[in-house]
Amino acid sequence: MQVTRGPGFLDQLDAALPGAVTGRNLEALDPWIEVAPGRIAEVCHWLKRSSPVRFDSLECITAVDWHEPDPKKAAKVSWQPRIELVYHLWSTPARVSLVLKCGLPRWKDDQPGSLPELPSVTGVWRGADWHEREVYDLSGVWFTGHPDLRRILCPEDWEGHPLRKDYVQPVEYHGIRNR
Amino acid sequence: MASILDDDPRIIEFDVRTDEMLVNMGPQHPSTHGVLRLVLRTDGEIVSEVEPHIGYLHRCAEKIGENLTARQWIPYTDRMDYLAAMNMNLGWSLAVEKLMKYEVSEKARHLRVLIAELGRIASHLVGMGAYGLDLGTFSPFLYAFRERERILDLFEEACGARLTYSYITVGGLTADLPPGWLQRCEAFLDQFEPVIKEYHALLTTNAIFVKRTANIGVMSREMAIDYGCSGPVLRGSGVDQDLRRDGEAIYTAMYDGYAFEVAVMKNGRYPRDHEYPPVPPDAVIGDCWHRFFVRMIEVVQSMDLVRQAIDRYSACKGTIGEPLKLTEKIPAGDAYLETECPKGQMGFYVVGDGTAIPWRARARSSSFSNLSVTADLCRGCLIADVPAIVGSLDIVMGEIDR
Repeated sequence: MQVTRGPGFLDQLDAALPGAVTGRNLEALDPWIEVAPGRIAEVCHWLKRSSPVRFDSLECITAVDWHEPDPKKAAKVSWQPRIELVYHLWSTPARVSLVLKCGLPRWKDDQPGSLPELPSVTGVWRGADWHEREVYDLSGVWFTGHPDLRRILCPEDWEGHPLRKDYVQPVEYHGIRNR
Repeated sequence: MASILDDDPRIIEFDVRTDEMLVNMGPQHPSTHGVLRLVLRTDGEIVSEVEPHIGYLHRCAEKIGENLTARQWIPYTDRMDYLAAMNMNLGWSLAVEKLMKYEVSEKARHLRVLIAELGRIASHLVGMGAYGLDLGTFSPFLYAFRERERILDLFEEACGARLTYSYITVGGLTADLPPGWLQRCEAFLDQFEPVIKEYHALLTTNAIFVKRTANIGVMSREMAIDYGCSGPVLRGSGVDQDLRRDGEAIYTAMYDGYAFEVAVMKNGRYPRDHEYPPVPPDAVIGDCWHRFFVRMIEVVQSMDLVRQAIDRYSACKGTIGEPLKLTEKIPAGDAYLETECPKGQMGFYVVGDGTAIPWRARARSSSFSNLSVTADLCRGCLIADVPAIVGSLDIVMGEIDR
């Protein structure tokens, strides 16, 4: 069951935080709203504290890398290259879910290697801590305001972010051959 | 970081301070349930800080999922929660079926319920037995494995594997049950039912066990929700939520027509509590004992569901149908689905781009969220309570590290 189908919910969000919602698709399998990346923490705070349906639990943060490394195939794709962050929220009292999406550039200022940034939501849900660390580790997104942003699954000195589509596996790691 | 003892005037008065010590628990410690490393900052017997380190079992499952077709990823989901592989298969299958808007046959639906609930019993038996081991009692482990072995035998007969089944798959199940399986399953249930009393005698009402778990590691419902905890950990804190009843339509439709009560304490009572030993006076809601007890109730509840599923499955005519082709294309779009696995709410997120290979395959692990609470839960407890708390969360590292 999705809350975005209910009447007036998006209007209230728009009225409380004008300009934060930049797009929506309410016909999708899981209806989602698109949020301006810089305002994600504000929107999440409103959804948890002030919204008529309190989204008190963060289920999952996923980063989807929209990038086609093969230039021939890349010329044919219909989507814009970007990193898409998907937040799945859940409301325990109302038992409904909500999906937020955020589009980020793949690299900050188009400089390969410099990670795109957006505000952390650890201040809203404490459970976001590990989820954001995982997204940073595997997909390479920097969460500003995170108390302790470091790798969680890969070793601390690992190079690159494996879930990027253009990730190249290192030839060796501390003398261990990978290929 | 300052020790908590700095703020406690009663202890400073004694003026007996020991040096702070960093103790590594794991990654090869038997009571960390796999390769989990906990770094404890201790002051004498008191733990002032715990830092979990994970990732020792990271096998890049999500990256692999981007290079295989949806059905080919099923064996990799087996290796996430390897103690409840059937439930993992089911979660991914349903998420892909949601994206494809595919519905399995009625007979396959009931068979899935049957298998998933047997998987839940097997997982809870390991959780219970291993929890006894954590707390220093060896026998319950053997009792639990005796019964789990019979479930594994049943699974082996149905699909050929004892641990990593890949039985439930996208579009149905790989095979129907062999002849005589249902009778053997019923025989197992009849034998298993009276045995549960033994577990309660060995653990639930055991004075030492109660001392070690009651009022230890108390998690408030706000804390549990804030950390995204789920499953028995969430219900142990008194939150009335079970996705089999409250989840998305595609998942609850599977349990349509099944009767069961969510194992949670409401108004100071568990459902059908006259069948269970009484709650010890020391136990408070949200402590280790309650998390353990919720699992014990769910074993009985799952047994009930298995019996119902056997009746419904045998009443269905025809075949269970064929699973989808290995190279079946999945439509463009995305779908997220959480299912109620034994350890908690396991979510799978699939993004399709019109080819047979998903653009992104994501697994949201319940143990991952459940474990992230350890640092908060263990602050200020005794060293001996750390295994009791971590064990009560019933984690599986394969699922956390993926």
